[in-house]
Amino acid sequence: MTREIALRRPPISPAVVVLGGLFVLGLVAAIIRYVNGLGAITNLNDNTAWGLWISFDLLCGVALASGAFITASMVHLFGGERFRPLLRPAILTGFLGYLLVILALMVDLGRPDRIWHLIIFWNTDSVMFEVGWCVMLYTLVLALEFSPLVFERLGLVAPRRLIHALIIPLAIAGATLSTLHQSSLGSLFVILPEELHKIWFTPLLPLMFWLTAVAVGPAMVILESTISSRVFQRGLHLDLLGDLAKVIPFVLAAYIAVKFGDLAGSGELDLLVDWDLESGLFWLEIIGFVALPMVLFSLRAVRESSGWLLFSALLVIGGVILSRFAVSLIALGRPEFAASYVPHPLELAVTIGVVAAGVAAFALVARYLPLFVEAAPSTAAE
Amino acid sequence: MVSVMARVAMLFDAFRCTGCRGCQVACKQWNDLPAEVTHNTGSYQNPPRVSSDTWLLMQFREVEREDGGLTWAFRRYACMHCLEPACVSACPVGALYKTEEGPVLHHNNRCIGCRYCMLACPFEVPTFQWDKGLFEGPQIKKCDFCVDRLSAGMEPACVQTCPAGALMFGDRDELIAVAEARIQEHPERYVNHIYGKDEAGGTSLLYISPVPFQQLGMPKLGSAPIQKDAEDIMQKATPAVLVGMLVGLSGLYWVVKRRQEMMGKNGGSGTQGDREA
Ligand code: SF4
Ligand code: SF4
Ligand code: SF4
Repeated sequence: MTREIALRRPPISPAVVVLGGLFVLGLVAAIIRYVNGLGAITNLNDNTAWGLWISFDLLCGVALASGAFITASMVHLFGGERFRPLLRPAILTGFLGYLLVILALMVDLGRPDRIWHLIIFWNTDSVMFEVGWCVMLYTLVLALEFSPLVFERLGLVAPRRLIHALIIPLAIAGATLSTLHQSSLGSLFVILPEELHKIWFTPLLPLMFWLTAVAVGPAMVILESTISSRVFQRGLHLDLLGDLAKVIPFVLAAYIAVKFGDLAGSGELDLLVDWDLESGLFWLEIIGFVALPMVLFSLRAVRESSGWLLFSALLVIGGVILSRFAVSLIALGRPEFAASYVPHPLELAVTIGVVAAGVAAFALVARYLPLFVEAAPSTAAE
Repeated sequence: MVSVMARVAMLFDAFRCTGCRGCQVACKQWNDLPAEVTHNTGSYQNPPRVSSDTWLLMQFREVEREDGGLTWAFRRYACMHCLEPACVSACPVGALYKTEEGPVLHHNNRCIGCRYCMLACPFEVPTFQWDKGLFEGPQIKKCDFCVDRLSAGMEPACVQTCPAGALMFGDRDELIAVAEARIQEHPERYVNHIYGKDEAGGTSLLYISPVPFQQLGMPKLGSAPIQKDAEDIMQKATPAVLVGMLVGLSGLYWVVKRRQEMMGKNGGSGTQGDREA
């Protein structure tokens, strides 16, 4: 029924050595942190309690993992059967993304040994409570959605059947949990009306985080497909990627509307012509990373060219990263404290190590598990 | 969700305060807090902010007087023991809690060290032990209103030590009456406002001051608790989205599947979507 594409590569390539080295570097930094405390390897302090790891590893990590739920919803729920060839790599990217988020949190949390407290001690008023639960549950969903690859490789028929029977409920749960989780990361900052700059603060942050996550999902699928088609020398489903990209302009347009509508509603549009750091960031995001890819993705020529697709996808991804950093770091904090936080080199080392682990894990799965399936049962083939 | 019962409170009178820092030292002594290594920041104030070893700090600011001269303004910087504390609302595991008597306390055994309380607190009060590794177990630290002294029938250490009568401990309503009386008696001494009476839903610490509170270093806050929007999202929007998505997506799936079947594309195979995971 499915034909696996054999991937033949030498077992130890220079890339593996580099990735392994970066991972070990991050691991060493993490060990120093476990022994001597967060202050030993970070520039975090009582003025800046959250830094690079929250902004990038958690906020960007989760947002960039959204390709999994977008693709799963398209294939399983919205009748987009033809997108099936994109599904497994997208699920894997999302699954690894969430595992890496957890890995980074285990370094960032003050008491990682107590992470299970989230399960037994509840405070349902806390957005962080929702964030914790969504990470746990959605990682479980992704693990189940990913498990058929393992079962297939091991030739286990019964568990594979079970997952197949559950695939629709899993897709529904995944889309629901993702929506809650993506938005709740924005809600985290709704408790900071005083600390967050007015241009960026709004009770609509959860909606904005969700919209950008939806937009970046297809962009991540484009990025991940393009890279693996080059690295693993396999064909690119350009037609599918172009089709998938069609939704992006609509989502980005909605995002722009919400952003301006919100500022207009609270009478803060004049802040946009203050020409300070925050308004500069706003315009940079809206023009360079939202409006531009919106226009590009709506052009047929762009959607039919792999180079342009990749470029436009990178813009969307860059925009999401920019907005997450703006909300969680750059526009945050009282001017009074003049908190000038710059990540410590070892903080960076942990983040790089985590990303390296993810890339290596992706390559390993691509090598040993049936990740790429050819000629999915498209509607035409029925 | 938090009890709004407020019993004990403290009045800080910035006009009476001489900036002797006796309270800051008494706090350290009673709570066995070590001295901090600091550097001169060009002021009498030391260290720069509250920390895990300094739960109460007197901040010194030079403020311009109406006649053009300069005067010192002293701000008590410590936990305000809010009536509706943002830190309590934010803590995912309920490690922070509001007691019926008033103090906001930290249950260290629960804390996972996410540090969200540090962001959530509008007064930037909770602090973290950045120099403690996994084996020492870093903790969140802040003023606990000397709850051990209170339960032994004593006043907080800072109040007992204050030589200038700038700190007063008692029932919140009575202290508000005292503060109002002082402002009324000497309107030339005070700004006509009791900070903490309404700010952020009200606090157990009440301040009166000779200079505007923002010059004293207090954040400008409305009377609604700052966590109101976040709690609305958690209590109303989240359950609605949860149910709406589950029902909506199931319905959508059913409609899409029906339509595909009607179009006859799947030749009676209703399990087409289940073929591959
Ligand atoms: S001042 Fe901050 S730490 Fe103290 S009770 Fe209020 S919110 Fe909590
Ligand atoms: S750091 Fe501890 S006390 Fe503060 S919010 Fe997190 S779990 Fe609660
Ligand atoms: S002990 Fe009293 S007078 Fe001295 S700094 Fe503290 S509040 Fe002010």
